[in-house]
Amino acid sequence: MAANEEAVKYVWEGAIPLQIHLHKSEVASHPAPPPALVLAPRIGYLPLLVHLIKPYFKDSLPPGEDSIWFDYKGLPLKWYIPTGVLFDLLCAEPERPWNLTIHFRGYPSNVLIPCEGEDSVKWNFVNSLKEAAYIINGNCKNVMNMSQSDQEDLWTSVMNGDLDAYTRLSPKIKMGNIEDEFSRKASLSSPQSRQGGTEKDLAGQVKTARVPVRLYVRSVSKDFEILEDVPEMDTWDEISYLNRPVDFLREEGRKCFTLRDAIECLLPEYIGDRAQTSGEEGEERTTDASDISQETRGEIKMVRIQGIEMKLEIPFSWVVNNLMNPEFYLHVSVLVKEPQR
Amino acid sequence: MDSAGEVVNDGKITLEGFTVAARAFADKWKRHNLSFPPWSWIPLINRTMLKKEEGYLSLEKIIILSSLEGSAEEESLDVTADWSEKEESIDHTVLVQNEEDEAHYYDYHIVYSASYMVPMLYFRGYSSDGKPLSLDVIKRDLPSSSVSLLLESKWTFITQEEHPYLNRPWFKLHPCGTEEWIKLLSESSSSDGCQIPVELYLVSWFSVVGQVVGLKIPREMLI
Repeated sequence: MAANEEAVKYVWEGAIPLQIHLHKSEVASHPAPPPALVLAPRIGYLPLLVHLIKPYFKDSLPPGEDSIWFDYKGLPLKWYIPTGVLFDLLCAEPERPWNLTIHFRGYPSNVLIPCEGEDSVKWNFVNSLKEAAYIINGNCKNVMNMSQSDQEDLWTSVMNGDLDAYTRLSPKIKMGNIEDEFSRKASLSSPQSRQGGTEKDLAGQVKTARVPVRLYVRSVSKDFEILEDVPEMDTWDEISYLNRPVDFLREEGRKCFTLRDAIECLLPEYIGDRAQTSGEEGEERTTDASDISQETRGEIKMVRIQGIEMKLEIPFSWVVNNLMNPEFYLHVSVLVKEPQR
Repeated sequence: MDSAGEVVNDGKITLEGFTVAARAFADKWKRHNLSFPPWSWIPLINRTMLKKEEGYLSLEKIIILSSLEGSAEEESLDVTADWSEKEESIDHTVLVQNEEDEAHYYDYHIVYSASYMVPMLYFRGYSSDGKPLSLDVIKRDLPSSSVSLLLESKWTFITQEEHPYLNRPWFKLHPCGTEEWIKLLSESSSSDGCQIPVELYLVSWFSVVGQVVGLKIPREMLI
């Protein structure tokens, strides 16, 4: 279907302009080298950019063995989180170009798990793929049973951002599919498939699918009106990371399972948002200062997936089928106002 | 199907079942494994508004006095716990005798994996000054059977990953295969094919998984 293919294509082509500075403690030449400009794939990983960056800086480096890592405003970046997710999470207000610092020495091993170059990234990807397969299918046999060359080709397609190659190979993983409710409604409206749809409706089937989701929740204690007011992050302890599948229950005839429903499964303490917005169609919310309970309640301020600020009423099945990463995980960045205690 | 059967199915366990199994495991350990400190239940305090109670089991500051010769000869290592003065005095005596050997401390966490619906064992090693041990050093503290397995599958058996709640690198035993072990255990323990009771799930799981890191459990815990 053309519409769905287009969205996936945009996701795979998504890129973030990076301006990469060499850390001052590692500048052994005078003057300091200017920053390197790199366009980083959203669905890729920072260590995969090193082959582009290192030749640029190698003449400025002091002697010694490389242990490469990145930081953003002093925060070491977790290389195993896709680059686009890091950007969505750490830049409440998108920064273009995104200014990062690269280090070739002094790996912060107390905070970051080791990275042995491309191999580490590849196996991080494969292990995530196995985990996703386990969630969706109940086992990871299809990933384990992939031939060495197929596994290699799949990884190469991700590394190269080759959607066509990936599309050819991914059926071999045999991930169970989630029927897109948007597409299903569209097809039901056409005369040719009306009869088939009617049969499904009559069955009244209840289908459950488990969806691999990784949620990154950034809590801010003070309320804020605009994203520029969100303070900078000092440590990763400010992020709650939830690696938890969403049980996607779709019952025939019941209302559409939305992105809001999915997030409320994962963050039940923010369910109160629904009460606030009930009866209101618009995005605007007026804060009633007299309502004390509303002031003290936590609030979901923003949900970002693949750089898009999501409307929470969108069908979750569409989000999953179009915006998930190649390892079959949906990465969701959430910005919340902390509940007062 | 009774309620216990619903939380344990095909080797998998629900979050609620894990909580029950964890308490049962900690109780049995405390009763039958007197040479060790007890496992503590660590609740997830940053999510107090959650309806469900969530947390993980923790066993910390386990000392392994390891020497190259010892690890070559013995499958299981001398394991004592740095949690009582009595034990500490014994440790000092041992330390004096083996001045060249440094004490290695280990923390173990049993965490529920919502993805795999099974428990996961995380662990980390550090020296007396708190400095983390490298994998090469940890290998010497592992039983030799685990070391050979580690060589075969470097990337998938024991991997260094981020602790799901502590934002720090820990070692993790990969859960692939856990489900099959539990199935085999439950099949062998009962002839009529009943599911393993939820109270014995974690004990059975640990009787297999714990051996990978050299922690054995007494037989009385399995009753």
